[in-house]
Amino acid sequence: MSSAIEKIISDHIGRKVHAGEFVETPIDLIYFHDGTGILVFKHLEEMLVKKVGDVESIVFFDHSVPPHSIEASTLQKYVLESSRKFGISKIYFMGEGIGHQVIHEEGHVKPGQIIIGADSHTPTLGALGVLALGVGALDAAYGLAAGKLWLKVPETLLITVEGRIPKGVYAKDIILHIIGSLRAYGALGKVVEFSGSVTERLSVDSRFTLCNMSVEMGAVSCFQKIDEKTINYLKNFGVCDLRKYFSDKDSYVEEYFFDISSLEPQVSCPHSVDNVKSISEVEGVSVDQIFIGSCTNGRLEDLVEVAKILKNGRVKPYVKLIIVPASKRILMKAMSLGLIEIFLKAGAMVGVPGCGPCLGMHMGVLGDDEVGISTSSRNFIGRMGSRKAKIYLASPATAAASALTGEITDPRRFLK
Amino acid sequence: MIVKGRVWKFGDNISTDIIIPGKYLRTLNYSLWVKHLMEGLDPAFSSKIRKGDIIVAGKNFGCGSSREQAVLAIKLAGISAVVAESFGWIFFRNAINNGLLVVECPNIVKYVETGDIMEINVIEGYVKTPRKILSIKPYPKFIMDIISLGGLTEYYRRKKHG
Repeated sequence: MSSAIEKIISDHIGRKVHAGEFVETPIDLIYFHDGTGILVFKHLEEMLVKKVGDVESIVFFDHSVPPHSIEASTLQKYVLESSRKFGISKIYFMGEGIGHQVIHEEGHVKPGQIIIGADSHTPTLGALGVLALGVGALDAAYGLAAGKLWLKVPETLLITVEGRIPKGVYAKDIILHIIGSLRAYGALGKVVEFSGSVTERLSVDSRFTLCNMSVEMGAVSCFQKIDEKTINYLKNFGVCDLRKYFSDKDSYVEEYFFDISSLEPQVSCPHSVDNVKSISEVEGVSVDQIFIGSCTNGRLEDLVEVAKILKNGRVKPYVKLIIVPASKRILMKAMSLGLIEIFLKAGAMVGVPGCGPCLGMHMGVLGDDEVGISTSSRNFIGRMGSRKAKIYLASPATAAASALTGEITDPRRFLK
Repeated sequence: MIVKGRVWKFGDNISTDIIIPGKYLRTLNYSLWVKHLMEGLDPAFSSKIRKGDIIVAGKNFGCGSSREQAVLAIKLAGISAVVAESFGWIFFRNAINNGLLVVECPNIVKYVETGDIMEINVIEGYVKTPRKILSIKPYPKFIMDIISLGGLTEYYRRKKHG
């Protein structure tokens, strides 16, 4: 009885491994960004490495693009020059989008791989049937040099989601509800695997949202077995090399079941992601800023939902609406569908593809006593700017509806 | 390996955004991280600590962003160890990799307060507070090897160059 994760690691190491064992596993792909890259290269220098090894490696410039300060520009130049010097296999420079999105749009992700990313939201890629682990800069540097990662083989926790998907409820609401129930440490040290008819019905875009936020309940990673939808999605980006992994029925350490048939839109309240409430409990809270984007909810499907709500309205005067598509491909698709025109006409600011204001560095930093609603994944104190600001997390639809009214608003009011 | 120091106690889910906010990450001026350590909860924290102090926390310490600066800020501030009921997965790795002593100890917050002197004995596997002696799981050999070399950088160098 083995989990998909145990099977993937076993195939990489060449012997059968079990959860709890310490191993050094070969890895297939390493990526990092303009933020974590600074320390990645400092570590490589200290390790006396001249050139990185054979493992495919990618650097994305996504965290502060275009750079917002002299320090950011200077350090990005260091990351770029170091990437060339050490022989990083691929560089996606500024404007291409968020690494977690661009990496599969460009065909680098193949089911069955072990991928490490020096960014905590790397498990987003688990929606494509890979073991994707978020690591620190030194793990990434060691991986670049030695091609390996030390690891305690994680246990797998199964979450089954069933029921009818109510109007106004999206993947974001589902995962917020789950995090609210299991709490911020509910999956600590484990891989979360999603199953059930709801997961099957969700698009691949939505599955990314589920996997992305599983990190916020402490999960090491997230895994979803691949199906027809995943296969078609990957084919679209030129990936046909598929290794399918499934968990054996009795391989889960814990199992949870959720029926979402009567779920309302969900909102995560300050200052922790697991402080989740139904929209009816928080409706009416005034907001200064709305951010729609990030590796959690900056994909085309999200922008389409936002446009449905914004197309017949105007952003409430003196409220800031910032929309940042997750990648250049998504931005271009949104342009050809007329979505960007809808956003601009409604009064939104549309930003350069990348992480945007999610991490409180630029493009919409929250000030003292400001209230923001964001489609990103974290609302910790100080995350998006002032430690005196408050951050609410919600779906793109809820965020868009709130932009029209200037207060937290149930999106079902605007959905026919 | 025995560590003894004065305790600073924190609660559950202390994120790396609290330990070192994102706005201080675009620098290689490491002292800036030390200056803003724990700013999310207590902007004056760095002026209160002494070399050798120990951070004690509840569940999920270091959750959130993978930023290694969170570990470096704690280490460079002179904190000798972090003892928590559990750790964020990446934070724990970053600590081991960078030679910061991290000890998992269920229920620790019940038996220690800020200002107490606490002792950690990694080899014999216990944590001693003024109120109780709690046992801790020994590290597996693999992690002990990394710790005893001071981190993954030296581990790599030894492996590569002998």
